[in-house]
Amino acid sequence: MNIVVCVKYVPDATAEQKFESDNTVDRVSVPGLLSELDEYAVEQSLQLKEKNADPESVTVTALTVGPDAAADAIRKALQMGADKGVHVVDDTVAGSDAPATSKVLAAAIKKLGESEGGVDVVVCGMASTDGAMSVVPAMIAERLDLPQITLASVVESQGDQYRIKRDGDTATEVIGATAPLVLSVTDQSGEARYPSFKGIMAAKKKPLETFSLGDLGVEASEVGLAAVWTTVEATQARPPRTAGEIVTDEGGSGATALVEFLASKKFI
Amino acid sequence: MSEILVLVDHVDGAVRKPTYELLTIAKRLGEPSAVFIGATEAADAVVEAVKKYGAEKVYVVDDTEVKGYLVAPKAEVLQQVAAQASPGAILISSNAEGKEIAGRLAIKLESGLITDAVDVQAGEGGPGNGPVTTQSVFAGNYTVQAKVTQGVPIITVKPNAASPEEVAGAGVVEKFSATISEAAKKAQIVASQPRESTGRPELTEAAIVVSGGRGTGGNFEPVEDFADSLGAAVGASRAAVDSGWKPHAFQVGQTGKTVSPQLYVAAGISGAIQHRAGMQTSKTIVAINKDEEAPIFELVDFGVVGDLHTVLPAATAEVTKRKG
Repeated sequence: MNIVVCVKYVPDATAEQKFESDNTVDRVSVPGLLSELDEYAVEQSLQLKEKNADPESVTVTALTVGPDAAADAIRKALQMGADKGVHVVDDTVAGSDAPATSKVLAAAIKKLGESEGGVDVVVCGMASTDGAMSVVPAMIAERLDLPQITLASVVESQGDQYRIKRDGDTATEVIGATAPLVLSVTDQSGEARYPSFKGIMAAKKKPLETFSLGDLGVEASEVGLAAVWTTVEATQARPPRTAGEIVTDEGGSGATALVEFLASKKFI
Repeated sequence: MSEILVLVDHVDGAVRKPTYELLTIAKRLGEPSAVFIGATEAADAVVEAVKKYGAEKVYVVDDTEVKGYLVAPKAEVLQQVAAQASPGAILISSNAEGKEIAGRLAIKLESGLITDAVDVQAGEGGPGNGPVTTQSVFAGNYTVQAKVTQGVPIITVKPNAASPEEVAGAGVVEKFSATISEAAKKAQIVASQPRESTGRPELTEAAIVVSGGRGTGGNFEPVEDFADSLGAAVGASRAAVDSGWKPHAFQVGQTGKTVSPQLYVAAGISGAIQHRAGMQTSKTIVAINKDEEAPIFELVDFGVVGDLHTVLPAATAEVTKRKG
């Protein structure tokens, strides 16, 4: 069985994120890492492998698209326990939007499937921590014509049958489908493991393959900033909030002041 | 003027408020056309509801072939309606399902997609020149104006992006029969448990939100009572959800709901980046926290350093008294 887990290298959300002069996300001056939300996808991929009757027969491949530094995201996945990595790195990819990213990912998944007898499950996180659109899993499913079972808080499988719990806006649903399929998981799906020392050492020997767009049969004109279907016209940093009034509660004074404030703003 | 398609967001025929906001936005961009995918019996009531908010046309699509499956069939329906209507834009609610429908539709129509818009206006020169969206990004630290440059603009819009404006539309009904492929019926909805109503406003739609965090120690009663005195929705931080004190549906933050109410009250919440991402664009922010060093105080318009377990009940009593 082949599991491909899509991982993204993102600017650290706890650092200051900003835009470049061409309105693309600054991915250079801000330190990057494996998107926290993709750690849950790696975790569920590893659990699917471990729960398999014959774990040795399952290969978990971590796949990323991004600059050279994005290999860090794959390395983290390998340290957690993924078996091998695939890095699509090509200068022309920079600035790609979600449709182009999904095109590259889908092409890489297809290529992996061709060389390894089919990909059974594509696993993604619920969103990236930078763009945060949450649409790439659905787009991959659309491009590969696969069923999507997405935003899972619980994942169960038996053979090629998968069931997930999906906590929607208005209802909690159970969704079922047969592999091959695209699965995305939320941060409720289970705490992601930390790489062990053994895992960190083992990761150094795991294969990491690099693909160019040419290897995938994707034209340079189909990706990157020149091929985007949307354009950012302007960005503005949010003005810092002006310091508010802070009072210390003493014998009920806090509640009185709070209610006074709310009344002055016509909330009461 | 071209049609602007609005996918009606509803639960078993009960139209949800964001639909009216989408129709109000659609009116700025062209002629609003609602697309209702649901039970035929519910259609009359839906048509009456949406025409009050300017729907000139309502595509009624029977959901027999749609309702048992996740996302994909709805994207096919919209693709087929779009093929007939050649719309100027397609507007969808920015919730989990809406964004996924939009994602698949964007690939089908080879059209640009913008998600999580907090505002949408007609482009310069008026309708026809492609809508300009505003989004709030990087945990609310930046606002971004963007435009779709290829195909039919597909935009998912967050709740509260517009105030619904009542304006009569013709509401001409067009029964539309869509063809759903077998491939779209491969992810089945095996079971569905509707969320229990709390009797409070919907978190993402509420004008006031009162949230509790680690500082509640698991006792949400003061938070809930204060929320009820203000007619507010109740939210929770990730710490409170991870502790099992509230279900995930209450979570405000990066991996929960993003809210942008008129007033946000954070009680016993330290204000980690995770949480800020979900509430930073609220108009007025108030915090109650024992720790005067808590980062939440950097955001507030008004803060009380104190114990929420004493401050909130006293404030609740005072609000109730004032409201008579």
